[in-house]
Amino acid sequence: MTTIYENNDLATELRLGLPGTTDESKTELSNNKRSSSDLNHHDQQDSSSTPKVQIVGWPPVRSYRKNIVIQTKNSNCDISQGMYVKVSMDGAPYLRKIDLRFYKSYQELLKALENMFKHPIGIYLEKEGNTTCGSNYVLTYEDKDGDWMLVGDVPLDMFINSCKRLRIMKGCEAKGLGCI
Amino acid sequence: MNPTLKKPRESVDLSELTQSTFPDEVLEKVLSLVQSHKDRNSASLVCKDWYNAERWTRTKLFIGNCYSVSPEIVARRFPKIKSVTLKGKPRFSDFNLVPENWGADIQAWLDVFAKVYPFLEELRLKRMAVSDESLEFLAKSFHGFKVLSLLSCDGFSTDGISSIAAHCKSLTELDIQENGMDDISGSWLSCFPDDFASLEVLNFASLNSEISIDALERLVSRCKSLRVLKVNKNVTLSQLQRLLVRAPQLIELGTGCFLPDLTSRQYAELESAFSNCKNLHTISGLWEATYRYLPVLYAACASLTFLNLSYATIRSGEFLKLLAHCPSLRRLWVFDTVKDEGLEAVGTSCPLLEELRVFPADPFEEDIVHGVTESGFVAVSAGCPKLQYVLYFCRQMTNAAVATIVRNCPDFTHFRLCIMNPGQPDYMTNEPMDEAFGAVVKTCKKLQRLSVSGLLTDLTFEYIGRYAKNLETLSVAFAGRSDWGMQCVLEGCSKLRKLEIRDCPFGNAALLSGLEKYESMRCLWMSACSVTMNGCRLLAQERPRLNVEVIKDENSDDSADKLYVYRSVAGPRRDAPPFVVTL
Repeated sequence: MTTIYENNDLATELRLGLPGTTDESKTELSNNKRSSSDLNHHDQQDSSSTPKVQIVGWPPVRSYRKNIVIQTKNSNCDISQGMYVKVSMDGAPYLRKIDLRFYKSYQELLKALENMFKHPIGIYLEKEGNTTCGSNYVLTYEDKDGDWMLVGDVPLDMFINSCKRLRIMKGCEAKGLGCI
Repeated sequence: MNPTLKKPRESVDLSELTQSTFPDEVLEKVLSLVQSHKDRNSASLVCKDWYNAERWTRTKLFIGNCYSVSPEIVARRFPKIKSVTLKGKPRFSDFNLVPENWGADIQAWLDVFAKVYPFLEELRLKRMAVSDESLEFLAKSFHGFKVLSLLSCDGFSTDGISSIAAHCKSLTELDIQENGMDDISGSWLSCFPDDFASLEVLNFASLNSEISIDALERLVSRCKSLRVLKVNKNVTLSQLQRLLVRAPQLIELGTGCFLPDLTSRQYAELESAFSNCKNLHTISGLWEATYRYLPVLYAACASLTFLNLSYATIRSGEFLKLLAHCPSLRRLWVFDTVKDEGLEAVGTSCPLLEELRVFPADPFEEDIVHGVTESGFVAVSAGCPKLQYVLYFCRQMTNAAVATIVRNCPDFTHFRLCIMNPGQPDYMTNEPMDEAFGAVVKTCKKLQRLSVSGLLTDLTFEYIGRYAKNLETLSVAFAGRSDWGMQCVLEGCSKLRKLEIRDCPFGNAALLSGLEKYESMRCLWMSACSVTMNGCRLLAQERPRLNVEVIKDENSDDSADKLYVYRSVAGPRRDAPPFVVTL
């Protein structure tokens, strides 16, 4: 479907003042006596001392799109600190540590662990009563309450926030683990 | 030709010739195949026969300025209209420069259409004032109504949409985009009758209220011809998955919220749903798609031609990975949060790119320098030689960069550059940006639309007047030095149709230099310039076929704060509010 309209530029919010009037910034700019370099310098000084007064309708950004950005900013969280948990694998002599926040999906987490321990690991699927790849091993974790849980049941964010340590468990032991 | 068989000369009766060789039915049949309204306008000027044949066969009406003509005049001329496109307010109303209740009300049109075009099927409105009562009137007056598209309109609420859903039994398109509307509730979606199944296009991405996901699922299941579905941000990923499995035939998809809330099985199911959508050409939405879950899209990206990330403040890391899966991209809309690195990736990953729009995530944030710079733009131009349309918001630019860009991409038809700090010079040389736009107009012979910004002297406008011979739309802000600039444009740009100017030192002399020009244009907008009421009155006197309107401030002085001039065959507006002075 081709729409005949272009989705155009966007808009600013209304600011205090009569509709259509611009503020001091306009008179500054139309003052041709000031050279361009002076204007720039003046602006730079201004931005540190006083907040620049917004000009109505500039930049030409529709309020609709501007509001999206504000909403998105509020719910964004920059992942700055790591979140390392111990990982053990049944039969392996050493434990490892991984940064849970680094992984964007369960698939990525699994791949990283398989690489680390050089062994395929499955995510346990109730339906088949078996792991995804027929491996002997299954990924489990200890949550905040101290219970051992199967990895994959809850959304990734929830898992990351409640996981205290990981254990790559032998499949035969995992069968004893029920889910709710 | 054999000279002995030469025919004797006789006088030929031309009217006989045309009558006997070209019956009306043939003319009408041929003209009914002409779709473009511009071609039809030309055809109607050939002679009376063609004018009549054309008016009887026109079914689609395009009116770029609703006040240039009246509904009565339209109804008299065209008896068989099925589809109407109407545009109302001046474009700067998108940026709050036009007060509320300015006009462009649809009701006067609907009243006439209801009498003359009871079989009207399509109505596409842009920047019109539309009330709930009008929507209800529309829904009940036109029984075969199929297509409603509302873009940048205002004055209605979701109640009006409910009327449409409830009464338009043959509806195929409902497209509600970025309107100034009252989002009361999502119950409108549940107003579609249970047996309603004709929908092909549904776009409610810009509505905020929650709809019933069950109702939407059932609707999507019934509408087998659904090809465009754009949901709002209240639809979660797991809900989206259920919609996708019911509509794998979609060509355009606007997702809901992309916040991570899936179990690993749900993730796998969503991935599978996307990979089953073999026909997707357009993806938009993607709210909150910061870095998680974008990979579910990858399977559907191979045939993607339009990726609209202008609702997602995506960062360069995940953007790069997504782009690697979109080699067929022709149109890309994105926030400047992807930064120059992101745009470099565009240059390397998207060789077929024709359109790029980069929107500012923080248009009013001045202290921190972020977003994109000139090097991002240059990088795209280097890798995407087919670029024709660009909209670019940035905080710094150089003349040299723009010259490089147009050397790389000489086929620009639309060049809209917004350097966000008004009157900012080339940041490396401190010179005006005249040479940048000079390069654009000299190199891009097909340029139709230009938006300029930065520190500009009259030289920019000299260049535009001299070289931009195909220019139709020009937007100017905080630029120029004297009347001479505007005069150059009015004299030189023979194809100019729309000129919008704000905050420039152009006065009466400039305004009046366009006396010969304005009747061949759709409109002129000048706000916060140096034009006075006297100048406007003079224009109105000299050109009675122009509507010269001034939107007055509360000040009683002589300055014409906002001037809007347009040609019209309908005479001065009869519905002008008190703050609009018609001269």
